[in-house]
Amino acid sequence: MKITGVNTGNTAYVLGCAALVMLMTPGLAFFYGGMVRAKSVLNMMMMSVVALGVVTLVWVSVGFSLAFGNSNGGLIGDFSFVGLRDTTAVVGAGIPLQVFAMFQLMFAVITGALLSGAVADRARFWPWALFVGVWTLVVYVPLAHWIFAVDGFASAHGGWMANALRALDFAGGTAVEINSGASALALALVLGKRRNWPREPMRPHNLPNVLLGTGLLWFGWFGFNAGSALAAGAVAGNAFVTTMTASAAAVISWLALEHRLDGRPTSLGGASAAVAGLVAITPACGFVDTVGALVIGLLAGVVCQLAIRLKYRLGYDDSLDVVAIHGVGGLLGMLLIGLFATVAVNPAGADGLLYGGGLGQLGRQAVAVLATVAFAFTVTYVLAWLISRTIGFRVDPEVESEGIDEAEHAETAYDFTPLTSSIGRTT
Amino acid sequence: MILVTAIVKPFALGDVKDALERLGVLGMTVSEVQGYGRQKGHTEVYRGAEYTVDFVPKVRVEVVVADEVAGKVVDVVVEAARTGKIGDGKVWTTRVEQIVRVRTGERGADAL
Repeated sequence: MKITGVNTGNTAYVLGCAALVMLMTPGLAFFYGGMVRAKSVLNMMMMSVVALGVVTLVWVSVGFSLAFGNSNGGLIGDFSFVGLRDTTAVVGAGIPLQVFAMFQLMFAVITGALLSGAVADRARFWPWALFVGVWTLVVYVPLAHWIFAVDGFASAHGGWMANALRALDFAGGTAVEINSGASALALALVLGKRRNWPREPMRPHNLPNVLLGTGLLWFGWFGFNAGSALAAGAVAGNAFVTTMTASAAAVISWLALEHRLDGRPTSLGGASAAVAGLVAITPACGFVDTVGALVIGLLAGVVCQLAIRLKYRLGYDDSLDVVAIHGVGGLLGMLLIGLFATVAVNPAGADGLLYGGGLGQLGRQAVAVLATVAFAFTVTYVLAWLISRTIGFRVDPEVESEGIDEAEHAETAYDFTPLTSSIGRTT
Repeated sequence: MILVTAIVKPFALGDVKDALERLGVLGMTVSEVQGYGRQKGHTEVYRGAEYTVDFVPKVRVEVVVADEVAGKVVDVVVEAARTGKIGDGKVWTTRVEQIVRVRTGERGADAL
């Protein structure tokens, strides 16, 4: 049967962007993997790998349908797209539904993978895989429905946040960033601190890998943000400009503050800064102009950096700072939309306080932020607690001190036997 | 016979080796070691968290020489390893009772 209404340009664009966003998850594996100690790098990276596996299966079976199917009261979709077998449906600006579903899948995958940073070195592998699958269904899918399912796009009726509240979130400040931050906090609290944290030094073992991961994330983020226009056009172009501007500004402000506070601009600081800037601009990239992006980026580099210090004050072991970078960065970006949004860049947006729009949009943004934090934290806490109390979530203390890679995967990332040594070589 | 032991900065090894060769010292044993003296370790900061690295990498050079050249050997090693900055290392000497060349069974000064 002949399919009508497909716009080949937009379809090609979104297909390419979906592949770019897919690359962010392996990128995240390097970003996180380099930050842990050598004895747990494989487990860290495997948490991202298995997210690609599990979340994809959840998504193509029922996840996408529940997120973008016709809404039940603005809270959750229906089963109309189960199995993603409809090859004829076309949505938005001439994009096949299946292409849209794959673009959205990559968001679901990386959001789940992001949480792994909170439980470095100590989460058992299969309980993690179970967690990330169920979490996608009960936390990510409802949030994606609330904010991403726009009325009349994939289905007649979408979620309450986008349509009834009319909060603005271009590429995932709520469902991806704040969600992962709030959920990571819940997960870190349920699993508890690593042994001897923070007394024992847990230095990153491979900063070049962190920087490689940062590069892949940054590259993929153009698909994430500019791709969220879901059409190759001016709004996508603006999102590209604001994305680059904000991350660049965050790098500069982070390094300057770090130099002042700690004495040196560090590579881990630069890497964290780029991601913090990208996170903060994510919800705003399609609604603000270059000036807004610059301010959002500069603030992200300062606020996210200071937020990292909270975990030492409050004593939660969010090992790789998902809360400070994704949670706080997303929150910052969502709220600043209320100040810097302007319809000059996107008629589908709104005017913020600084563009004569009053306080209304800021209020709507705040409601979306609070609802996301409350929902994500609560449901994630209950889910992680259930897994913890039934099949167990955390490795034994001996495993933690000897290294989770050996115990969970029977592998070690690096052969530390010197190449020229004749002692200890058995093969 | 005297065992001269030098703990030096890793990058000084090349200069120390060249200096010993110029003096006619025919062999040496080198190992990578870690430790600290008066300079202590150093501090690294990761996302605001401070870690103190107590032990600093050094190279240990060991040569056994005849009594009459030991003083000269110590002098050239010290000169080659010195940068004038803290952490340059130490050189000390130890009297050696016996030395045997494994291949030939030669002993004492003949085995040097």
